[in-house]
Amino acid sequence: MPPELLRMIIAAVLVVAFVFLNAMVLGYMERKVSAHIQRRPGLMEVGPHGILQLLVDGFKLIGKQLVVPEGANRFLFRLAPILSFAPCVLPFVVMPFARKLQIVSMDISLIFILAMTSINVIAILVAGWASNNKYSLFGTFRSVAQAVSYEIPMLLSLLSVILMTSTFSLQGIIAAQKYYWFILVQPLAFIIYFISGLAETNRAPFDMPEAESELTAGFHTEYSGMGFSFFFLAEYANMFTVCSIATVLFLGGWKGIPLPLGDYTGIFWFMLKVYGLLFVMIWVRWTYPRVRFDQLMTFCWKYLIPFALANLLITAVLVKLI
Amino acid sequence: MNNRGYFGELWFGSKSLLIGLNVTIREMFKPIVTVQYPREECAITPNYRGHIELVFNPESDGCDCIVCGMCAKACPSGCIAVAGEKKEGEKRKVLTQFTLDFTKCSLCGSCVETCPKGAIAYSQDYNIAGFTREEFHYDLVERLARRHQKPLAAAAGGN
Repeated sequence: MPPELLRMIIAAVLVVAFVFLNAMVLGYMERKVSAHIQRRPGLMEVGPHGILQLLVDGFKLIGKQLVVPEGANRFLFRLAPILSFAPCVLPFVVMPFARKLQIVSMDISLIFILAMTSINVIAILVAGWASNNKYSLFGTFRSVAQAVSYEIPMLLSLLSVILMTSTFSLQGIIAAQKYYWFILVQPLAFIIYFISGLAETNRAPFDMPEAESELTAGFHTEYSGMGFSFFFLAEYANMFTVCSIATVLFLGGWKGIPLPLGDYTGIFWFMLKVYGLLFVMIWVRWTYPRVRFDQLMTFCWKYLIPFALANLLITAVLVKLI
Repeated sequence: MNNRGYFGELWFGSKSLLIGLNVTIREMFKPIVTVQYPREECAITPNYRGHIELVFNPESDGCDCIVCGMCAKACPSGCIAVAGEKKEGEKRKVLTQFTLDFTKCSLCGSCVETCPKGAIAYSQDYNIAGFTREEFHYDLVERLARRHQKPLAAAAGGN
């Protein structure tokens, strides 16, 4: 077997394993943080402090029957979870966990990640349409409108950083943050990116496509067992991707206090920053109520996009002058 | 709409969002208030209204009930049955039967209020569950005897 092929297989297995592990860690973190914010103990029963609960949940979901509702488009209905899950795994292939811990280094890594995370919207569209359920369809409508709106400020805010580094390579962007993190010079872009990221991953307060109190569960109402789990895994993988882009572009990626074997142990600082941001996402979710749909649109088109444009303009002028 | 204007709205909104985050993060580090019920139990307030129970009087080594039947008459649900007998040479009736059908009891407390001797009181018992209806037909005389068997009564009464 050629070594390159072997390397690819090992990498693929590791990436999928990481996606599952990440979902378990985040699921546990989400439930524990939400519990403590509400002054409850949260998971306590399975294992010490309920640490094995997510494993049990996973087995339960695997054991469940996959029900296809009457009148649904069978092919599309089954396709949607896979369409949601597969692109969410791919960004991990180009993720710079440390200087030498990156499976493939591409010059267009950032564009690749953004393209892959955008496919999730199509999966939601397919899921909602194929379910033959009005609530699913409402969730889908909202999701598409939301994604179309929030892609714009997200890309504009990232573009400000790209103007400063003039590279799309993630390692190149980290290398450009040699003396200071870009959050110091681009705080507005960071905030706009983070808000758009919340909307992009359908997290509260922008969880309109799911909106369990109005739409039961939105686009994944009709899914059971592993169909649902794939959407769940994709959501957590997407959260990780959004936070790791923020880490790479604004928080210096794997840079931190040097550790021994710095080329590999940079993963510690990378994970610390990413999970710090993920904690903020969870914290935000358990603080704010869901926004109304018109508020969602107003906020994006009247606040985020003008500010992102102004930020981009100022950045462009300063980059040209300096 | 309000009159804060474009930037006023932004400033006001951001400020209130940060206040919200501050509230939740401080709540997160406060102690947990959940009581893990089957393993831990809450303290019951003294005026908790459980089902009725005969009051133990350590001096007479029994209950003060004079079998007047006021409680049975006062009960709107008719769930109390009292019976007694007068033995030779005793001045008053002795309680032989005091049953409470707790499935019908509405916990109104009329029996406790009307009792002239204060011989019945609310219990603190709230862990009540059973598989048959008959489990809630309480024989209060028997329950009193079970709670205060002779050696225990001697210890409590101090004689």
